[in-house]
Amino acid sequence: MIAYIIRRTLYAIPILIGVNLITFTLFFVVNSPDDMARLHLGVKRVTPEAIDKWKQERGYDKPLLYNEGAAGAGRITDTIFYEKSARLFVLDFGQSDEGRAIGEDIRERMWPSLAIAIPALLIGLLVNITFALLLAFFRATYIDLWGVVALVIMMSVSTLFYIIGGQYLIGKLMSLVPISGYDDGGLNAIRFLILPVLIGVIGGVGSGTRWYRTIFLEEMGKDYVRTARAKGLSELKVLFRHVLKNAMIPILTGVVVVIPTLFMGSLLLESFFGVPGLGSYTIDAIRNQDFAVVRAMVFLGSLLYILGLLLTDISYTLVDPRIRLS
Amino acid sequence: MAHRLGFHSKALFFTISMLVLAACSDRPWNNPYPPADDGKNILYQAFSERPKHLDPVRSYSSNEYSFLGQIVEPPLHYHYLDRPYRLAALTAKQVPVPDYYDQQDQLLPADARLEDIAYSVYEIVIQPGIQYQPHPAFARDEQGELRYQNLTEADLTDKWKLSDFSHSGSRELVAADYVYQIKRLAHPRLDSPIYSIMSEYIVGLTDYAKELKQVDSKLTPEQDEGRHKPWLDLTKYPLQGVQIVDRYRYRIRIKGKYPQFLYWLAMPFFAPTPPEVDRFYAQPGMKQRNISMDWYPVGTGAYMLSENNPNLRMVMVKNPNFRGMAYPARIGSGKVSPELLVDAGKPMPFIDKVVYSLEKETIPYWSKFLQGYYDLSGISSDSFDQAVQFNVSGEVNLTDAMQKKGIRLLTEVQSSTMYMGFNMIDPVVGGDSERARLLRRAISIAIDYEEFIRIFRNGRGLVAQSLLPPGIIGFQEGEQGMNPYIFDWVNGKPRRKSVDQARQLLAQAGYPQGRDAKTGQPLVIYLDIAAGGPDDKAMLDWFRKQFARLDLQLSVRNTDYNRFQEKMRKGNAQLFMWGWNADYPDPENFMFLLYGPNSRVKHAGENAANYSNPEFDVLFDQMKNMDNGPERIAVINRMLEIIRADAPWIWGYHPKQYVLHHSWYGNAVSNLFAHNTLMYKRIDARVREQKRRQWNQPVIWPIFAVVLLLVLSLVPGFVAYRRKEHRSQRHALNSSDNQTGKHS
Repeated sequence: MIAYIIRRTLYAIPILIGVNLITFTLFFVVNSPDDMARLHLGVKRVTPEAIDKWKQERGYDKPLLYNEGAAGAGRITDTIFYEKSARLFVLDFGQSDEGRAIGEDIRERMWPSLAIAIPALLIGLLVNITFALLLAFFRATYIDLWGVVALVIMMSVSTLFYIIGGQYLIGKLMSLVPISGYDDGGLNAIRFLILPVLIGVIGGVGSGTRWYRTIFLEEMGKDYVRTARAKGLSELKVLFRHVLKNAMIPILTGVVVVIPTLFMGSLLLESFFGVPGLGSYTIDAIRNQDFAVVRAMVFLGSLLYILGLLLTDISYTLVDPRIRLS
Repeated sequence: MAHRLGFHSKALFFTISMLVLAACSDRPWNNPYPPADDGKNILYQAFSERPKHLDPVRSYSSNEYSFLGQIVEPPLHYHYLDRPYRLAALTAKQVPVPDYYDQQDQLLPADARLEDIAYSVYEIVIQPGIQYQPHPAFARDEQGELRYQNLTEADLTDKWKLSDFSHSGSRELVAADYVYQIKRLAHPRLDSPIYSIMSEYIVGLTDYAKELKQVDSKLTPEQDEGRHKPWLDLTKYPLQGVQIVDRYRYRIRIKGKYPQFLYWLAMPFFAPTPPEVDRFYAQPGMKQRNISMDWYPVGTGAYMLSENNPNLRMVMVKNPNFRGMAYPARIGSGKVSPELLVDAGKPMPFIDKVVYSLEKETIPYWSKFLQGYYDLSGISSDSFDQAVQFNVSGEVNLTDAMQKKGIRLLTEVQSSTMYMGFNMIDPVVGGDSERARLLRRAISIAIDYEEFIRIFRNGRGLVAQSLLPPGIIGFQEGEQGMNPYIFDWVNGKPRRKSVDQARQLLAQAGYPQGRDAKTGQPLVIYLDIAAGGPDDKAMLDWFRKQFARLDLQLSVRNTDYNRFQEKMRKGNAQLFMWGWNADYPDPENFMFLLYGPNSRVKHAGENAANYSNPEFDVLFDQMKNMDNGPERIAVINRMLEIIRADAPWIWGYHPKQYVLHHSWYGNAVSNLFAHNTLMYKRIDARVREQKRRQWNQPVIWPIFAVVLLLVLSLVPGFVAYRRKEHRSQRHALNSSDNQTGKHS
């Protein structure tokens, strides 16, 4: 397994370089260093000298990818791409274009993201599995039929609708929880998390429940379930003791892959609820054309996704002894 | 089974008990603020965008000034109530009157001729005894040495914000602090946006910037690029045009005569910076921890920033060292409501603490305002109809729902102009030819800005007659202030000339029916715009419709703002939309937007239309140096006549600001130029508390209804399941009986 992990880690390097290159290209196709300087320096009374100076201080005065004026390796290393990307591979995120330490910002802002993402994931998992089991239990009845219809409708509704509707209904009309905001002061934070977590859960019920229902129904068609029924086990026992246990393999592996990406936060939820997480951090950086933060966040996202896939592979071997990594 | 039922009963009992307990507390459940703050004298506001700079030498936008203006104090400020806007002394003893000198440095009389004046000298005397807010940069140890001035990165391991420094101190404001700040305008690392304009006026500032650049490059050799840069001690380098006379007195020497300089003295650019604070922030590791002047400005103002977390909230508290100022007791010529004078003479500030919460989206912001959790709010287009209605005579009123809540509305025409500019170096619409002039006038008539304001601004705007908005010297109401090239005076108000008249002008210009008379080709006008908002498509369609009234085709070249600026810089646009928000209430701050030597393409200035008229330029040079009075007004009128005739802009409109506030928010008055307005405001926290409780009673019955509905919807399923189980059991028993029978 160790050889497998090392090999996968080595595979990750060209992937990350590729992701960096694509991010770099996309970013600089849309924005030039001059644009970035103007956005940072403001609109009023900005002189060309100030723009040149801003670029020089942040290393944006160099060629993008290839420096013809340099000699030897300098042609590659004395470029914006190299200088802005090389350090990422040792997880040195450097400073934002405004001069703040990105690593520190990430450390600070990942907690609010996790505070929403982890409960939403766990509660969502519980709710989705419960509903999926319920529908599987009543399969081919009107409950199953109308349940699936409801799930398809829920899947089709935009997250934005859940957010605005939730804020209006629960925060405004019912006055049960604050409409938006965040508090990092321990238990008091919980009342700010109720609504975003609830909306996160409800927003995921449609697709989640349908996915798990499919898994359960697939399991229920297998021979061992028929054997269990033939033994005279009640449907509930069949469902909980056998079907659920065996369906946990795809469920767990599906969950493991998203765990690392929980750090990245939710863009919409964080924006509407004023949560200072990494999702809003990324959006702000795009809006402010802060390339240093954008590349750091894209790099981090890619790294976490690769990590998630690796963990998924490892978790397969843990939950299913038949699988061996080679 | 009995045991399990017992557990469920307990859980249900616990849940109900919690709900009942919560219901017994009359504190609203949706109150986003800590219970400890209930009933306190705290103002709650929101901000939607993180301030980019709070360093007074860099900060230059209104959202930054709403924080910074409360913290730092330039020598002058604007009188809170007096209109027209009037400068008053803030930390200065009085508004300085300049002395004029000739080339030989001989003092000239106050009414000296403009051409004789080589220099103006402003001597500013500040009040003694003004103290800075508590700050660690001022903290001293037992030996009297500054405690935090020689820190290493290792000393900062546990310091992530200003409050992590256990000691703080203060000291008296002195003239040297103001001088130090003026020197910072030329600091090579700070990129002050007004360095360029100030270097034209402050004697020696250009050379000073060069000197500092040299010194700075020696401090940070090329091989150390990217590493920490040591403090650049500006006290070691004198600036020729700025002198410390004594502890409370300093002089600024200006080239020629520049009366608008006084307005700059009311902006945070000229607020004091203590050298020890600059040195404190320049220590290694500080910037990486966001401990910088841009994050924690230091001042002598009524408030100080106690929490700066712009991703969540920013909190300002009363500066305990603030000297106290009295609420204005009398005003000059302007009229104010008597309720604004109730606090006259009382010491300010009235509010203890201000909490600004980040609200990026308008919907939650509006909802929380209606719940009483924000004390004031703007009106977004989504909520406009909910908040405001127009009566038959076109007057704006609050809706019944708003009036019932006691909400009040403040409106004010802003000191801004939103316009469409013609690129005057464009071969079709630009230039000084009569043909181009008539074309520009025809287009100016055709674009019905009255309709534009009704449709796209919800009536929140005033059609512009020139580039000067109300409140600026030179603006005139009535027929005298009307643009006669675009409007006729009918029934006591300006009426836009007809489209037929515009068509006639177009024909005279050589474009009958919108076609070039020589080539027969239809005339296509290209509009460059940075429009990406949801309403922009409708707006652009509307503009196309306006041009179509003259049989002209409008081709819209929509782009992002950066590309737009690029086009403007290179002069590639033909027609563009832009706006200007005044720095100070003087016509010079608008007229310079059409001053030839300020043209964008030739001189990278703010004259985006690249307009150049020799007579206008001469008059501008004359007008900007004149003192206010009838002579100046006459010059301004002539300038307005020139630009109205030339029509380098389609004058557009002046936006109107609508602000809503609750009944408990007092001393609310709109002051477009003052930055330190927070100290005048008042809150009745008792009324607010009462209203919040009244408006936010929790409604819990829907929760029970939903649970009941879910349970009821499962009952038929459960019954069906029981039947199915019974059937299975009976089937199994029957099968078993049959098999037994067969065997027997």
